[in-house]
Formats: sequence, C-alpha cells, structure tokens
Amino acid sequence: MSKFFISCDEATTICDKNQYGEATLFDKVKLSFHFMRCKVCKVYTKHNNLLSKIFGNYAKDHCQKQHCLSNDDKEKIEIEVSKKLK
Amino acid sequence: MAETTKHILVPEKWVQSYSDYLYNYTITRVNNHDLAKDLVQETFFAGLKSMKNFQGKASERTWLISILKRKIIDHYRKINSKKGKAEVRMNFYNDGEREGEWIEERVPNSWSSDTDKDIENKELKSTLEKCIDNLPEKYSMVFRMKTIQGFETEEICKELDITPSNLWVIIHRARTQLRKCMEDNWFNN
Repeated sequence: MSKFFISCDEATTICDKNQYGEATLFDKVKLSFHFMRCKVCKVYTKHNNLLSKIFGNYAKDHCQKQHCLSNDDKEKIEIEVSKKLK
Repeated sequence: MAETTKHILVPEKWVQSYSDYLYNYTITRVNNHDLAKDLVQETFFAGLKSMKNFQGKASERTWLISILKRKIIDHYRKINSKKGKAEVRMNFYNDGEREGEWIEERVPNSWSSDTDKDIENKELKSTLEKCIDNLPEKYSMVFRMKTIQGFETEEICKELDITPSNLWVIIHRARTQLRKCMEDNWFNN
C-alpha cells in the first residue's frame, strides 16, 4: 500500500511528466491518491494545466518560424572561413 | 557489387550552402543569435581542421551537423557546470521528518485571474517570454527544446548527453520557476 503514497515533491514531478503525456498509468493512480489528501498539489496541477495551455499557444507561434542568418552575418563568416582556407 | 556514392567536401561553398541550415538547427536549441552564429562558425572551422578525416560515407551536410552536435553538447556542459549561479530554490523540504512536503512559503497561491480565456493575449506571451529568458540557461535550453520545440525526451537526452531523470528534474525546476514568475508578473499582478 505504501507504494501508492507519494510525497508532494514526487506528485509535482509526476504532474509535470503528465503535461507531456509521459506519466505512466501507475503514476496517474498515485497522483489521484495523493490528491485525496493534498489540496496544495491539486492547485499546483490546476496551475500547471493552465500553464501548459499557455506554453502550447506560445509554441504554436514560435515553431513555424524558419530562422536564417542575415547576409551581413554570412559575409562575416565567409571572410573568417576563407582566411582559414588560405 | 553495388557502387556507393562517395561524397566530397567543398569548403568554399559551405557558408553559402549550409549556414542557414546549421543556424536554424542551432537557434532552435540555444535560442541566442550571437551564440548560434558563433557555433556555426566554429563548426566550419572544426570542419576545415578535420577535413582529412572525412571518409565520404556521409553527405557533407550530415558530416557538418555531426560536428555541430558536438559543439552544442560542449556548450551545454559548459553552462551546466556553472554551479550556484541563479540556482532555482526548491519548494520542498529535502530532509528531516517533512521530507518531500511543501515548504510553507512556497505553497502555490490561488491566482486572481486563473482563467484560460485569455491565452491568446499578446502581453501574456511577452510576459512568458521574459520569464523564460530569466531562467538559468541550462534550464531554459532543455525547457525550450522539450516544451516549445516539442522534441522527444529521448532525443534531448541523446543530444545533450543527459539521463531522462536528469531531464525531468530540469523540467520540473524550470516549470516551478516559470509558475512563480507568471504568478508574480501576470496572474496576481
């Protein structure tokens, strides 16, 4: 039975893994047991879920960007590389 | 016997052909323009130095990427060894009878505006950006790769040469610090 009881530290770590879909079924059972006796971790989880939504929304904007070097930067690198090539 | 193509190196064309590809690869991992630019340049230098070891089995681009990956691991090791600097304070007692329990002053407060209607808000995004930028670099690098770029755990561990349990400790600390930063600057502001 003691296997089911986890500390708040462990509970929040499981909660974090769960945000990425990487908590196991057993982890989730342990988390639910923990919530029955800990309101603080429940609040933490609520916040964490909301933060994940915010992170996800932010990621949507960010990942589509293709990053390039400016011509100026390329020229500078080109000069340095050709110095070494000589 | 099937003949395989033997690749050759043409360093005169590296910058023109691969600098954007290498830069894009780097910036999604380190999120800093100057650093990414330097790592790309160092990759070219290291490539020139070890040209004689190129066996022609992989393409020029794959070979350069393998050098760049090494450079990124070296960078990560460097920032990871800077001990004590901006270390995240932990939320839980780490010994004694109350080990693993919340430290009272770190208990999450309820948020005055914990609504999720507002997640498209531009100011919210810029607050988050600032909070991520405030993380210690070793945390922000792993956090961005995992959460913003959506890399698999296994891939990050391989690329940065860390264990999964290492990764989860870093993610946990990064998220804890971000939660506090968002609480102070957004939700209870």
